[in-house]
Amino acid sequence: MNIHYHSYDAVIVGAGGAGLRAALETAGNVRTAVITKLYPTRSHTGAAQGGMCAALSNVEEDYWEWHAFDTVKGSDYLGDQDAIDIMCREAIDAVIDLEHFGLPFSRTPEGKIDQRRFGGHTRNHGEAPVRRACYAADRTGHMILQTLYQQCVAADVNFFNEFQVFDVLFDGEGASRRAAGVVAYELATGDLHVFTSKGVLFATGGYGRIFQITSNAHTLTGDGPGVLFHRGIPLEDMEFYQFHPTGIYGIGILLTEGARGEGGILRNGLGERFMERVAPTVKDLAPRDMVARAIHAEIKEGRGAGPDKDYVYLDLTHLPPEQIDAKLPDISGFVRTYLGLEPKTDPIPIQPTAHYAMGGIPTNVHGEVVIDANNTVLPGLYAAGECACVSVHGANRLGTNSLLDINVFGRRGGRAMAEYVKEVDHPDLPRSVVDPTRERIDAMMHSSGSEKVGAIRSELQVAMMRDASVVRTGESLQDALRVIHELRDRYEKVTIDDKGSVFNYDLTEALELGSLLDIAEVLVLGADARKESRGAHWRDDFPTRDDVNWMKHTLAYRDESGAIALDYKPVVQGRYEPMERKY
Amino acid sequence: MTTTVQTAEETSLIKEVDVHLTIKRFNPEVDVRPHWREYDLKLKSSDTVLNALIAVKGTIDGTLSFRRSCAHGVCGSDAMMINGENRLGCVNLISSVGTDLVIEPVRGLPVIKDLVVDMEPFFAQYRSVLPYLIADDDPGYKERYQSPEDRARFDDTTKCILCGACSTSCPVYWANGSYIGPAAIVNAHRFIFDSRDQAANERLDILNQKSGVWRCRTSFNCTEACPRGIKVTEAIEEVKRAILYDRS
Repeated sequence: MNIHYHSYDAVIVGAGGAGLRAALETAGNVRTAVITKLYPTRSHTGAAQGGMCAALSNVEEDYWEWHAFDTVKGSDYLGDQDAIDIMCREAIDAVIDLEHFGLPFSRTPEGKIDQRRFGGHTRNHGEAPVRRACYAADRTGHMILQTLYQQCVAADVNFFNEFQVFDVLFDGEGASRRAAGVVAYELATGDLHVFTSKGVLFATGGYGRIFQITSNAHTLTGDGPGVLFHRGIPLEDMEFYQFHPTGIYGIGILLTEGARGEGGILRNGLGERFMERVAPTVKDLAPRDMVARAIHAEIKEGRGAGPDKDYVYLDLTHLPPEQIDAKLPDISGFVRTYLGLEPKTDPIPIQPTAHYAMGGIPTNVHGEVVIDANNTVLPGLYAAGECACVSVHGANRLGTNSLLDINVFGRRGGRAMAEYVKEVDHPDLPRSVVDPTRERIDAMMHSSGSEKVGAIRSELQVAMMRDASVVRTGESLQDALRVIHELRDRYEKVTIDDKGSVFNYDLTEALELGSLLDIAEVLVLGADARKESRGAHWRDDFPTRDDVNWMKHTLAYRDESGAIALDYKPVVQGRYEPMERKY
Repeated sequence: MTTTVQTAEETSLIKEVDVHLTIKRFNPEVDVRPHWREYDLKLKSSDTVLNALIAVKGTIDGTLSFRRSCAHGVCGSDAMMINGENRLGCVNLISSVGTDLVIEPVRGLPVIKDLVVDMEPFFAQYRSVLPYLIADDDPGYKERYQSPEDRARFDDTTKCILCGACSTSCPVYWANGSYIGPAAIVNAHRFIFDSRDQAANERLDILNQKSGVWRCRTSFNCTEACPRGIKVTEAIEEVKRAILYDRS
């Protein structure tokens, strides 16, 4: 195995929205390498549709403080209000930046950036929906990813495409350690590359692939959190995982909330409009967590549809066909492509789909990774985007705030890293830092066990979906934990077919599975410990929010032996007092 | 109110099918030249070609290499040749492309392993057209204005996901390594016709070179191959006309 050594001021891992936005702050300023296991334009930012909220007031009165209120309330009071204030205030700059970068926003008749309504975003603290989401047709994420990549091409950013990071490097020990680089595996050659650097920013996205049904790409396997967790960095609030109510049955591709906004109705296998029972006033337009739980209940109580009674229907058949053509063309296309159904005449089989991780690598508002309940900074280490937990989304993210998060905190993280690396010396590391990764890869390449990656992964996904998704109980979480421990044992005996060194995805998928198992375990342990229901975390055995005991963030640590310990830190309060979450 | 709804099985004819795959394989560490391998497996008619490849890799032969990410047609990772036509594996179902499938890497780019081709030449062509907004006016702290009509002028070419299906379906691109290819022209078009951009002339000069638009023989393969429905040939024609008539 060939080993190459590189030296940079700053290394960014991941080239979706957050990584590219950070790169625009560091490239041309300090020597930067951006490392991605894909090509940048393959990143999952490109799959986002709806919009990016900012109180521009282009079409109606709005203030960033209203946006902040909605975000705090949406977070079920687990979001940190200092960070939420920053995000909602800087949202305006972030949108203007993107426009100056060339993003082709949809426009008002007078040529301003147009804005539209979105779930949970209201005027004057909940009075009525407000037009706050800036958008580019129903391809906002695609446009953001393309635009940021275009700017990186203009800035001549140094990309290492199809390099996968498997380790993070530190200089020093214990409390005095600082980030010093990463070790990456080059897919085209099988060579290892040691990148020593003064700063490292992780922007690796989510980990929806711990679940069977997900809107996430195959490649969203929690690589950044997995690598850092292995090196003793805690993970925050991992039990808060958002399920979007309407994913295409069996596949998980998202069908936008807009379908119900246009009058679509959810029906169970008996044809009943079950949301009438659950939310008599707003019915099918109840908040995401509530609708996802209602669907789960219908299926669990035997009123699902299909041979296995494991889905419900999104019914658009009563809508005028021209309305479907005009307002819902993309999702209609998905339904035709993947189900062979015609949404104008056929009800659409749907089920909740694993969508977004609120938790992740703990950071402060500068994108600096913080490693304990006192928010102690680990110098040189940064994270941004879905893999990070600032926390601006708390227990439940509002729609559009993910595209905002990657832009605001990608920029802040990149800026902070660029300033930091100018002040410190380059780390001096022995060549042996590559050994742990080399040994791990060697072991997998020479494995001769009987277990297969695909089988373990799919059993994990099934168990997580069944026991740790929309609705949880102490019992179901214990079941999940048992399965995870069993799968861990089997993972020790995993083997791969491909022993070659060129585009060996058999190998990389096997190593990714290690991260998926770690993350699943952390999620389940956090969920088991949290004896309340808040936002996306619902416990049937503890069905109320408990602000006295549980208005705090979870931190999960892994020690050298692999044992996981939980700790907690307070939520940063602000001007908005916790209240019951009603819409 | 209770109404009766049909099940998916009644309306969509999802059924189990026997699928026969013939895949062009090449491993540079072992093979001198590509060779065909055949695989038989049971799938649902609602599965995609990508699902079929994942099933082969997961259950029959883990050495098969192919790129994939989003799996619903927005990331552009999995352009491949399916029964002789360039398509994305993830948006084509067995029920529409058939149960007897011949799968090859796209043409015109060097094959690295199995279905994985070297995308670097493709991205170098993309970079050569200055694919980013160039405007040196100072808009201050506000957005630039753009009318809905001006915005619509280049809407079609903003849809490009850089999958390469168009360029690698083009006979000129296969035959002539120096042709910049439809995808690069599409991405130049996106800026040439953006009212905010000020570098149309530079891009038109680049595309007026002998590697540029005049290589296009209007075969329409690119338009047929585009999984996003971009009118690629029309975009190329618009660039040709701009070179002839609009260049200042």
